[in-house]
Formats: sequence, C-alpha cells, structure tokens
Amino acid sequence: MAKGEIVLGCLAPHPPHVVYAENPEQNEPFSEGGWEALRWGYNMLARKLKEVDYDCIVVLTPHWQTYIGNHFLGLERFQNISVDPIFPNLFRFHHDIKVDVELSEAMQRSAEEAGIVSMMMRNPDFRVDYGTIVSCHMMNPDWDKPIVTISSNRSTHYYSDEVMNEQASALGRAVSKAIEESGKKVVLVASHSLSHRHFVTEAPLPEDMSREHIYNHSQYVWDMKVIEMMREGKMKEVIEILPEMIEQTMAEAEGGGLTWMMAAMGMPDYPAEIYGYQSVIGTGNVIAAWDPNSATRALVL
Amino acid sequence: MAESPDIRLGLYVPPHPHPLLAPEQNEGWGRLRDAFDTCRQRIEESGADLIMIYSTTWPSIIGHQIQAHPSPVFTHVDDDFHFLGSMEYEFKMDAEFAECFRDCCEERGLQARTVAYDGFPIDTGSVVALKLLNPDNRIPACIVSSNVYSNRAEQIVLGKACRDAISNLGRKVAVVVVASLSNRMFTEHIEPSEDRIHSAKDDEWNQKILEFFEDGRLEDISQLSRDIQGQIRVSKVVAYKPAWWMAATMGQHNNYEGEVLAYEALHGAGGAVIQLTPSEKGIGDKEFDEDDVEHYHGDRGVLDKGMI
Repeated sequence: MAKGEIVLGCLAPHPPHVVYAENPEQNEPFSEGGWEALRWGYNMLARKLKEVDYDCIVVLTPHWQTYIGNHFLGLERFQNISVDPIFPNLFRFHHDIKVDVELSEAMQRSAEEAGIVSMMMRNPDFRVDYGTIVSCHMMNPDWDKPIVTISSNRSTHYYSDEVMNEQASALGRAVSKAIEESGKKVVLVASHSLSHRHFVTEAPLPEDMSREHIYNHSQYVWDMKVIEMMREGKMKEVIEILPEMIEQTMAEAEGGGLTWMMAAMGMPDYPAEIYGYQSVIGTGNVIAAWDPNSATRALVL
Repeated sequence: MAESPDIRLGLYVPPHPHPLLAPEQNEGWGRLRDAFDTCRQRIEESGADLIMIYSTTWPSIIGHQIQAHPSPVFTHVDDDFHFLGSMEYEFKMDAEFAECFRDCCEERGLQARTVAYDGFPIDTGSVVALKLLNPDNRIPACIVSSNVYSNRAEQIVLGKACRDAISNLGRKVAVVVVASLSNRMFTEHIEPSEDRIHSAKDDEWNQKILEFFEDGRLEDISQLSRDIQGQIRVSKVVAYKPAWWMAATMGQHNNYEGEVLAYEALHGAGGAVIQLTPSEKGIGDKEFDEDDVEHYHGDRGVLDKGMI
C-alpha cells in the first residue's frame, strides 16, 4: 500500500454568515448576500479542491469543545438540523454528513499511542457542530467526500496557550502518522478565525455591509502580521508567537486548530495561498491553504 | 420602578448530566439526584408559576438571548459526556414572559433578543435542570443565556430587568441558576467511583461559599464573585457571573434562609444543589463597595477619551 499523505491544509473560518449569504438549499434563512471577499475566496478554494485528488477531509473545530482530551466522530452518518446557538437567525442547516470511521479510528488510536487523552464519539443522537459544517460546506458544497471531525480540547483555558501549542502539536504529529499508515489522501482543515473579538450587537439586516468592519485596529494589525508571515512561509514562527496573538486578540486559534494542522504538515516553510480576508461581526477571518505540491501551489492573492 | 417581584425561592444547581443520566454510577451523583428531586417537590409546593433559568452553559454574543419557543423539542447530547446517553426533551416555555423580559432588558439599555427556532440547541445545563426540576412540564419556564463578554454591571442590570418582567406580569417565580462552584474537571477519563473534587483548594473554597449560602448571604457571595473567579474558576469566560445575576434578580441583600441539599464532585467540578428562600431573618446588608447599576450604558470607550 502506498503511503498516505496530506495533500492540502486549509485555514477555513466558520462564521455562519458566509453560508447564510450563499443561500444554499440546506439553509432555512434567506439573505441578500454579503461578505463577498470571504465567499468568493471560498469559491476559489472550492474550485481548487475539485482539482485535488483526495479521499477525506479532516477538521479540527473549536465548536466541539471537550475538556477530557480530544474526541473523534465515530459513526458513519449524521443527519440532522444544525442551528447556530449564537446566530440562529442566520444558520439553520439541514445536513447529511458521511464520516470516514476507519480513518477516524486510526487517528484516535495513534493519538492514544502517543499518550494523548482521546475518545471515539459513538452516540447516534450527537449533533455535529456548526463550525465543521460551515467550513466543509464552503470548501465542498457538493458534500461528496467523507469527513472526520476532531474536537477541540480546551487546554488554553485549563492551562495556558503554551500548553495548548504543545498538546495540539502532539495531536498533529499523531494524526499525520495515522494518515501515512492509512494510505489515504487527506485534506486537513483548521476551522477558525484569526482575531476573534465580536461586536455584541447586530445590524437589523445582518448582511448590511455598510456596518461590517474589524472590531479594532489592533486586531487588524495582528491579523495582517500573521498573514504576512503565512505568505513568507514562516509557519514555525507563527506557531511560536501564537500565544501572544491569542492573548492580544482573543484569536480563535486558541482551540488548537492551526497548531494541530501545521504540526501535522511539518511546519511548512513554503508560502501559503491566501484566498481572502474579511471581518465578520468584528472578527478577522482569512482563508488560507498550504499546498505541499510545489507544482500546483499558486500565488492566489 | 416596578413593584417588588414575587420570588418564591431560588435554586443553585450544577450543569453536568451525571445526576440525570447516571445517578446510579456514583453515590455522590445519586445524592445530587435526590436533591434535585427534593427541589422539584419544593417548587411545586411553592406555588410558583414560572421557572426562570440562568444557565452558564448557554453562551451568547449578541447581547442576551431568551428562549421563547413555546414547546422546544429535541434530543440533546453533551459534548464531553456523550457516552452517558442522550437527553430527549420537550419543554413548555413561557413565551409571553420571554418577550416581556426582552423588553425590560432593552428599557435598561441591554442588547437582548428572544429565540424561537425548531431545533435550537438548548444547553446541557438547562436541559438537566428542566428535566429534573420540572419533568412533567407542570410549570412553564424561561431560559436566559450568559453573554461571554458581559461583566458585573451588565449582569446586575440583566438581573434587574428580570425583576421588572416578573413584577410587570405578576409571575410567581422559582429562580434557578445553573452553574458549578469550582469548575475544574479532570482532563482525563476517570471511573465513576474515583470521582472527587479536583483539588483541596477547590474544595476549601467551595466549602466557604456553601457556608455563605447556608447563612443566606447571597449578596455577600455576589460581592465575592471576582475573588471566586480568580481562585476556583477555569478562565473560560471573563468573570464568575451567576451570583451577580441571582442576587440582582432575587434581591441584593442577605435576608434568605439557605439550605445546602447536596455538594458532590462531578468529574472533579464542584456540584451543589442549594435552596435560598426570601426571609425576614438573615444576616442583613453589608457595605456595598461597587456601583449598584440601574441602567447599562455599554462600553465606556476609555480609549476614545484621550489622556487626562
């Protein structure tokens, strides 16, 4: 069997606003659009993915929050309605998700062998989090590939950002090993924003773009600095300063997604593909991808 | 100003699903379940016609969200403790009260909205509380979220807005706060028989808080909230808020009869079932050393004011 590999890593933020703005048939509310910089970026990334040969999408999401290690989806199918607890007016999405249980189990075993507290989730009534659904829908609106969701262990809250970095890195290495042994081609997704301070009010028409801007300039400066480092292929350095960024901007990377993905990909030293940046209800969101194949890697924006 | 609200009793209960789904697996979880059962009976006997829940496991961002679906139905599964089983529910909500509560919030300067959507994810803590305290839906309920950014002033005003709504509609209310005491859980799997409070320090702080509750000193606990946050709360949110809301809703004083019905570990966290009943007796007031806020004015915008 050929060795499995990670064929793409994506930083894919999950504000439900972008799905709302797309008006897919699965989502109940209707919008007049909005957040085009992000949506068009996602559309470009989705087109790239159509050209990539892969078997499965593996997502680490901060909206499945666990305190007892990392949990892995462990059933083949989840059909339900996902209603966003924060923005139920925007996101009520009917989904039918297929899971690659074999790969999920292999990753969980690998994590356990590496000493990481972990568990399979096998309750059929479990509702898959909206972070997973938003990121996966925007990247693959056809939903024609199985996924695996990994929960976010809240070690930032329990210990520190530095401990989160250590633990998420260990998880990334364990997941990478399992993927290699599986023989599968996998797309990794870190589902989160960069800066993550929200406005606590909402425009009467949420998609009124005249109201949308970053929460404050400090958040913007941090976001731009990190994006610049992504363009320069300095991901080891990004992960090293992540604790500082989290502290300064409440960055959603606190959930471990970016650290996990970069560790699984061996801390890329090549430029990231940047697909778009925009604020959503004050938070800073970038869509970025790391393509290990230099022949297909592109300068997008 | 609204007239004095008719609050029959207040309860402080834990959010974890163990007393609902697995009371037989650990004696302590069983004692918590018994305490919930006692509280169910007391709510019925109190004549309350509304159960008003503030849940720390329902976070919100756009101000304060208030559940207004008249009969939400779903099957809920906890993110961590999914292996304990599913929680099917069908609740009866007081939509009229929810609307009034929202209006009262807005009158006091708060951002608030009602939510009434099929399939809305009611949080673990609220589901556990309502299934155990009101299993037959005899009494309509209302649930309000815990805004992740709010701090003391906003919580106090939220509590006062709730008082306004209770008075305006003349409801007889059982106030329920869903929150742990110390909230640090073990970060690995433990056998049910191994459960204990995570550390001696957490236990000692919990015991001290329980003494205050037993003496009916709700406002004193409210005044201690920042210390409690620093000492025994994992910093998931900016502050320990439930006592602020509970005191502002029930009355900011220490004139209560307090009873601790159970105190046990829930995967390391401090879970207590406590009853407070308004009383003429009690410890009385103490010196208030922070503003007693009536109206919320939002962020002060200190960065826009320039240097003095």
